[in-house]
Amino acid sequence: MLNGNHSSSFISFLRRTSTYLILLVILVWFALLSPEFLTVGNLLTIALQTSLVALVAIGMTLTIITGGIDLSVGSVAALSGALAAGLATRGGLGTYPGLLIGLLTGLGMGFLNGAMIVWGRIPPFVATLASMAIARGLTLVYTQGRPIAGLDKTFTFWGGQGALGIPVPVWVLIVVAFLAYFLLKHTPLGLHIYAVGGGEETTRLAGVNVGLVKFSVYLISGLCAALSGLILTARLWSAQPNIGVGLELDAIAAAVLGGTSLAGGVGGIPGTLAGAFIIGVLSNGLNLLEMPSYNQQVVKGMVFILAVMLDYFIKQRQAKPKGNPAD
Amino acid sequence: MKRSIIYLLLAFVLVLAACTPAAQTATQAPQQGGEITLGLVISTLNNPFFVTLRDGAQKAADAAGVKLIVVDAQDDSAKMTAGIEDLINKKVSALLINPTDSDAVVPAIQKANEAGIPVFTVDRGSNGGTVVSHIASDNVAGGKMAAEFLCKAIGGKGNVVELQGIAGTSAARDRGQGFNEYMSASCKDAKIVAQQTADFNRDKGLKVFENILQAQPEIAGVFAHNDEMILGAIQAAEAAGRTGIVFVGFDAIDDAVQAVKDGKLAATVAQQPALMGQMAVETAVKYLKGEKVDASIPVPLNLVTKDTVK
Repeated sequence: MLNGNHSSSFISFLRRTSTYLILLVILVWFALLSPEFLTVGNLLTIALQTSLVALVAIGMTLTIITGGIDLSVGSVAALSGALAAGLATRGGLGTYPGLLIGLLTGLGMGFLNGAMIVWGRIPPFVATLASMAIARGLTLVYTQGRPIAGLDKTFTFWGGQGALGIPVPVWVLIVVAFLAYFLLKHTPLGLHIYAVGGGEETTRLAGVNVGLVKFSVYLISGLCAALSGLILTARLWSAQPNIGVGLELDAIAAAVLGGTSLAGGVGGIPGTLAGAFIIGVLSNGLNLLEMPSYNQQVVKGMVFILAVMLDYFIKQRQAKPKGNPAD
Repeated sequence: MKRSIIYLLLAFVLVLAACTPAAQTATQAPQQGGEITLGLVISTLNNPFFVTLRDGAQKAADAAGVKLIVVDAQDDSAKMTAGIEDLINKKVSALLINPTDSDAVVPAIQKANEAGIPVFTVDRGSNGGTVVSHIASDNVAGGKMAAEFLCKAIGGKGNVVELQGIAGTSAARDRGQGFNEYMSASCKDAKIVAQQTADFNRDKGLKVFENILQAQPEIAGVFAHNDEMILGAIQAAEAAGRTGIVFVGFDAIDDAVQAVKDGKLAATVAQQPALMGQMAVETAVKYLKGEKVDASIPVPLNLVTKDTVK
């Protein structure tokens, strides 16, 4: 694929590691500027804060690799959290049945997305935009716009401190990330997910059930969103009807920063995790540096653009030897 | 092409370098300020009310010679919690928190308690954790104030409409609660014929009230949870040619004060955000210097009517 000269292998190295390099540069930068940044406590805080976006971004990555997208994740997170909290407290079901129904809600919304996209042939952007509105609306109907509090300790445990001093949400992220990585790299379904994104028609002709593959990624994305919503609910000790607004944008940003192509066919879990951590580290670090919030938004946007441009230039450079890149 | 990569990397480093001055002033400031650093976590800075509150707090901090770090939660409870955690790690002397929600803030306040950082709540309260003082104008009292005025202005009877704020916000809850409590207890002959949400929004206030005007041939008075909605309602009434309705709003924004002067709006309840921010900082500084402070610091509200408007 590549000719073996030095420049090219250096570029290839950059291409594979650019996201991690950017993360490293940011980490070093903040460590130099803020004495509070590089402490165990603060790094755990960052991991905790990032886990919510990262969980959603993992599901998002799978949908994007198939050439789709899932805009409903933030609303699904809110709906799952609200139903779980409501049924666990005023519904009298208790924590675990509540959490289970919360997860099933995520699967249900994922099924709805899958059905619209596979059977209804609605483009993913439009279908999940619709389910984004539906899930948010259902959340407001169910909660009447009010937060649901009064969760007991078995529920709030999922947002709190876990084994080895590491917060439970971070443990959940580690498990989910590992499972998703394994799924993508070591199972036939993973292979098919990349194949569908690379070329849907070819994949279909090769005998793969494309509809089933698409259904799977939206189910997984719904499940990830629900998991994030449940953890956020546990972390806030209450279900908030307006949580997760804009969560889809952070998740997409994490995936794209991590090298996942919105055109489909390219991407992976380690990159997405690094992308999510770039976002998390920036939020935390800029707060520690006392940057005013308005300026923070500008800086975050600029870092995002630069990271994506860097990635694009490196890829273009790598693609040169074999002719003009199509993308 | 390789050069452009290097340029990009340079640009990247420059963006990060833009953060540096903030950090340098940060290390200089505490020496002048008697080492007091206050962290202010604000629910949103996309709303002029909270921007004014922040400005009031900043002025008071400058006057007292203390440093103030402001974090914007952007109306997101998760961002609020993260901001509070960041400031705890930053080891601020005290936290002034304007919560996005009174339940969602509880675990973050408990974290601050564990870290030994005193917490003050501003505008909205917390439903748990240890809070030294709560600094706020009493929205329930404001709703009552509005109801009392409206009741008198319509002669104690007639059909009344309530335009509600965004469902789930404590401002909408509390203002509505104060209003409805007074109306049902002390203004029994008036009847509330419509209660609809218009999301604190002028355009929605107009549309919602247009529909209510269609449904209700006789309306004596309207109370809206904020001025934007009441100004929308006034527009709707003018367009429909309906007169003799008493309008009462909340917040005393510039447009509303002008409408009071013009005689279109009967009254609006004024909160004083700058004073609230100022009192929050003053209370925290007092406490950190070892003085005693009250658990509840009420920030005065006032009713702006044609008689009191300046």
